[in-house]
Amino acid sequence: MSETNAQPYNYGIIRLFTIMAIVWGVLGMFAGVYIALELTWPIFNLDTPAITFGRLRPVHTTLVIFGFGGSALFATSYYVVQRTCQVRLSSDVMANITFWGWQTSIALAVISYMAGFTQAREYAEMVWPIDILIAVTWVTYFIVFVHTLARRTQPHIYVANWFFVAFILATAILHIFNNMEVPISLFSLKSYSLHAGVQDAMTQWWYGHNAVGFFLTAAFLGMMYYFVPKQAGRPVYSYRLSIIHFWALVFLYMWVGAHHLHWTALPDWTSTLAATFSILLLLPSWGGMINGIMTLSGAWDKLRSDPVIRFLIVALSFYGMSTFEGPLMSLKSVNALSHYTDWTIGHVHSGALGWVAMVTFGSFYHLIPRLWETKMYSDRLIFLHFWLATIGIVLYISAMWVAGVGQGLMLRAFDEYGNLAYTFIETVEFLKNPYAIRALGGAFFLIGIVIMAYNVFMTIRQSRIERVAMEAKIAAKLAKA
Amino acid sequence: MKHEKIETHAGLLIVLTLIVISVGGLVEILPLYFIDDTVEEVKVSGKETVRPYTPLELLGRDLYQREGCYTCHSQMIRPFRDEKLRYGHYSLAAESKYDHPFQWGSKRTGPDLARVGKKYSNEWHVQHLIAPRSVVKESIMPNYGWLIETPLEFKDISDRLRALKLVGVPYSETEAEYEANVERFGEEVAKQLEIINAEDNLIEQAVTNNYDGITAEITEMEAMVAYLQVLGTMVDFKQFDDGYFATFR
Repeated sequence: MSETNAQPYNYGIIRLFTIMAIVWGVLGMFAGVYIALELTWPIFNLDTPAITFGRLRPVHTTLVIFGFGGSALFATSYYVVQRTCQVRLSSDVMANITFWGWQTSIALAVISYMAGFTQAREYAEMVWPIDILIAVTWVTYFIVFVHTLARRTQPHIYVANWFFVAFILATAILHIFNNMEVPISLFSLKSYSLHAGVQDAMTQWWYGHNAVGFFLTAAFLGMMYYFVPKQAGRPVYSYRLSIIHFWALVFLYMWVGAHHLHWTALPDWTSTLAATFSILLLLPSWGGMINGIMTLSGAWDKLRSDPVIRFLIVALSFYGMSTFEGPLMSLKSVNALSHYTDWTIGHVHSGALGWVAMVTFGSFYHLIPRLWETKMYSDRLIFLHFWLATIGIVLYISAMWVAGVGQGLMLRAFDEYGNLAYTFIETVEFLKNPYAIRALGGAFFLIGIVIMAYNVFMTIRQSRIERVAMEAKIAAKLAKA
Repeated sequence: MKHEKIETHAGLLIVLTLIVISVGGLVEILPLYFIDDTVEEVKVSGKETVRPYTPLELLGRDLYQREGCYTCHSQMIRPFRDEKLRYGHYSLAAESKYDHPFQWGSKRTGPDLARVGKKYSNEWHVQHLIAPRSVVKESIMPNYGWLIETPLEFKDISDRLRALKLVGVPYSETEAEYEANVERFGEEVAKQLEIINAEDNLIEQAVTNNYDGITAEITEMEAMVAYLQVLGTMVDFKQFDDGYFATFR
């Protein structure tokens, strides 16, 4: 497909981001399954520094959150903003900068973690030069996005774009304030965080939870608000609800990070405030979920025939489930049990696999045929992907519930004399089976995305073949004439 | 104001969103820098007992970060009966006041390490790091054999201390700063905090204590064990009345 500025939309950049999202997704989920195996059978660490659990874990989180999730957001936000504003992206050059800047950041981050260069702050492990590259990329993204909005031919800014705007702004603020650090020299990758101890912890979890709130939630709601109505062929259920839950969501999320620090040396007033806002957050979260599901309502028959709708409805269900579980875990009494255990890991994955990945898969299966102007190579493979992913998630989170609640209860158990009933290592032994099942669940999910990658590859190939055939036909016609 | 106005003006949408998302962080983070009770005062006979890390301990801490130990070990004991029995007194904010970054962690795949210092011998730590399962059969920790095979890189130690000084850790460069440290921590500690002597202090601590059991060279293991052995040892809770630390919570 030759690309010229005369074409109404810039699809080239979206195709690139879509492909990279799938590539990082496969690699990131492979890393996830691998570290799950390491936790079950430590022999998998292979006595090799670069692939020990401690170094591979940030590789996994960075690849799936920023590589897969981030690229998917670039792709879909660029698609949505162009379609809903009915205007081409404001600058092809700047859009390309965001692509290369983002992909380079991800690749460098992964290589540097394996080599042992890290800030040792969760989800913000990138060393300072990568932080700067990300900041530059992100500002460029903001300019492209807002400039495109400003050139819209429609008077109204569509609701999906509000969420994308909030996501871009919040991510910029979080990234900059959480990565204030002093390098030990201009030629070293090592730096020290500007904050220390309790203030550092608060800043980090303000960032950490809003990486979830804005990167993995608000932005994906933006995705939801475009692709769900499109695929269902129905308008958004309630315009008023979308207004209320948008403002409530973006306001409340920023308060809740400290629920990761219950019962720590963080002052009680801060974590109590965070718990309170976490409970309140249930309302706007479910506002979004209800708005999505009610949009699908009336098109229920499509669940039987349309695999894309299935991905979207399951995604919304998991979104509702994990945004109920989250406030529950933010209660101090529940948190006393769940914190430090695998319950948290399970919770994250019901959000990350169930909501983020599923809504991305659904959106991609809608998007990809339109980007390459053909049909998906195989609908049956989409159904297969759906079932593998769903079974994988269920295995994963059930195993983590057993592991987390079980370990939490064992650790606080006392015998009749008031001594601890279990040593720590006895709880580790208990985790062996749940850990093996978790790895199996992860493997299901990984196989699912590999099948998707194959399906997409074949779709792109098919599109090429169709195009060549079409061109030959036209040439033949022209020759006859 | 009708919502339509926001929906039709991108600038207004951006400004309002910025305001709305800024509130939470401002209210929860800024006061932590200004409310004095946030970090406890820990003084015995007029001297602060929580001190910055010595050069060797600091390099150990940096290795702890390099290997991603925080992905499986917390350093934050909560005020519960079982945690008190298992790990000791709950962690104070003061105990991580010089930690840039903090290493409280979020997951205990292994036990908490906030008070692991002095609980095990140096030999135990060395053996455990090289081959965890030779000491604890059911352990799922990776082997860290390379720590004892790799010489410790410490040429940039003064750069590290200077960077930390810049973010507020009281390492000293001038005579006045040294004197202030003597006043604050006592002479013995103040000497360890002098940037100009960092390399000598590091070598001396390693040679004197010989944490890794190897005399021929200073290995990464030396720094790692030095760090682990200092964790949680800076506050002697016997020196304080019951309930003193609760007044800060």
